[in-house]
Amino acid sequence: MAYSDKVLDHYNHPRNVGSFDKSDPSVGTGMVGAPECGDVMKLQVKVDEATGVIADAKFKTFGCGSAIASSSLATEWLKGKTVDEALAIKNTDIVNELSLPPVKIHCSVLAEDAIKAAIGDYKKKQTERKPVEAQA
Amino acid sequence: MKTPIYFDNHATTPTDPRVVDAMLPYFTQKFGNAASRNHSFGWEAEKAVDNARKQIADLIGSTTKEIVFTSGATESDNLAIKGVAEMYAEKGNHIITAATEHKAVLDTCKKLEKHGYRVTYLPVKADGLVDLDMLRESITDKTILITLMYANNEIGVIQPVKEIGKIAHEKGVLFHTDGVQAVGKVPVNVIQDNIDLMSMSAHKIYGPKGVGALYVRRKSPRVQITAQMDGGGHERGMRSGTLNVPGIVGMGEACGICQQEMPEESKRLRHLRDKLKNTFERELDEVFINGSMEHRLPHNLNMSFAYVEGESLLMGINDVAVSSGSACTSATLEPSYVLKALGVGDDLAHTSIRFGLGRFNTEEEVDYVAGRVIEVVRKLRELSPLYEMAKEGVDFSKVQWAAE
Repeated sequence: MAYSDKVLDHYNHPRNVGSFDKSDPSVGTGMVGAPECGDVMKLQVKVDEATGVIADAKFKTFGCGSAIASSSLATEWLKGKTVDEALAIKNTDIVNELSLPPVKIHCSVLAEDAIKAAIGDYKKKQTERKPVEAQA
Repeated sequence: MKTPIYFDNHATTPTDPRVVDAMLPYFTQKFGNAASRNHSFGWEAEKAVDNARKQIADLIGSTTKEIVFTSGATESDNLAIKGVAEMYAEKGNHIITAATEHKAVLDTCKKLEKHGYRVTYLPVKADGLVDLDMLRESITDKTILITLMYANNEIGVIQPVKEIGKIAHEKGVLFHTDGVQAVGKVPVNVIQDNIDLMSMSAHKIYGPKGVGALYVRRKSPRVQITAQMDGGGHERGMRSGTLNVPGIVGMGEACGICQQEMPEESKRLRHLRDKLKNTFERELDEVFINGSMEHRLPHNLNMSFAYVEGESLLMGINDVAVSSGSACTSATLEPSYVLKALGVGDDLAHTSIRFGLGRFNTEEEVDYVAGRVIEVVRKLRELSPLYEMAKEGVDFSKVQWAAE
């Protein structure tokens, strides 16, 4: 199969590879997929808690080149967006940007799921934290 | 050294230039139909076919009359299995095969199941070998055929063919073997190995594509098969169709070269394969061999590079041609059924790479490929959340995976 130039670029030069401390309250972590399925994506956002803007994003992906590219692209797009804007990213946006063929659409779906899981984790941490702060 | 480097010799091999030289006259000058009995063009072609038949027979220890030319091993497998099933239908309707067979065998068996035949698909052990006791117990008074491959195309594991043939003969059952990966690579002898029918292919042994053969035993027992194509009654009625003379000449020459060079070639390739394996094991952690190392073709290595998905690895070594058992590289989007049959988990099957060395590979190429693979595996492990988790000591079986 021939890969698009953009997939190759992300594969050869993945953006924002790495990990944040999962226990940091300003960090949201999403991990989706399963080793048995051949795809596992871990996507993390670090949010400026005052503004709700995603200050930084990191990923690690086990999967094919298109899965790596989808998650690498997602981290680029996430930076500078508010958490609510981030939730508006659709898998079809990723498909279009990377020119993914039909058999690779599931990679983009996984990336969208990873974004939602990471934001969801951040929001959960924030709501769990607020009552504690209120008492302080 | 030129790139890309070809390490996928189980899929096909380049035609040996000596084979091409032998074939060339049979396209333009000696173009006769081997079935033309009344002029020199036909005699010339027939003589060439006879010579090729002899070269093939010599390589596998058969007589020339036991070689039936076909279009390739898929046709040979179909002809052997369907041909026996049809011919011996009155004797029984049961066929025994194994889960790790090539699709040309498995799908042929599945087709026969639709026509009322019963097929036993033997499991294999973790090393890829069939359990002989289980084979013996699977035979019933309705069993007419055991079809088990000589060597596997993915993991290179060599079955105990001689013992399988012995069991078959004790029970009065015919034994067919798909010899595609073994013939020309390791010593195969149809008499010593108790084989009744054997499929062969030219393009896996540095011959041309589109030509193969089926060995059909003539004595003790005399095997009969029903032709699967109707026509002029070529190949003693077993396979009609004008003989592919240049292809057959090429297959003969390919067999002749294999017979002559096998001892040295297999030794050289074993050394290169072992070097590749040892380099990976020395430089990388968490790599796993799939299938028996002891009962294995000398030029095959099938290895799982844990936490690195196969297609992404292939993408990184884009100047090297190898295959992967990963789902992403297969048409069905399922990981390798052969590895699954060995009990290799899907997680590791997704990370498997098959290296198939061949006649034209050099030590320099092995060193280069080893280096490239190691470099890319390390890079992708930096990217792999699983490798990170493994290093942190996470027990994967306790993780709640959020699969799609």
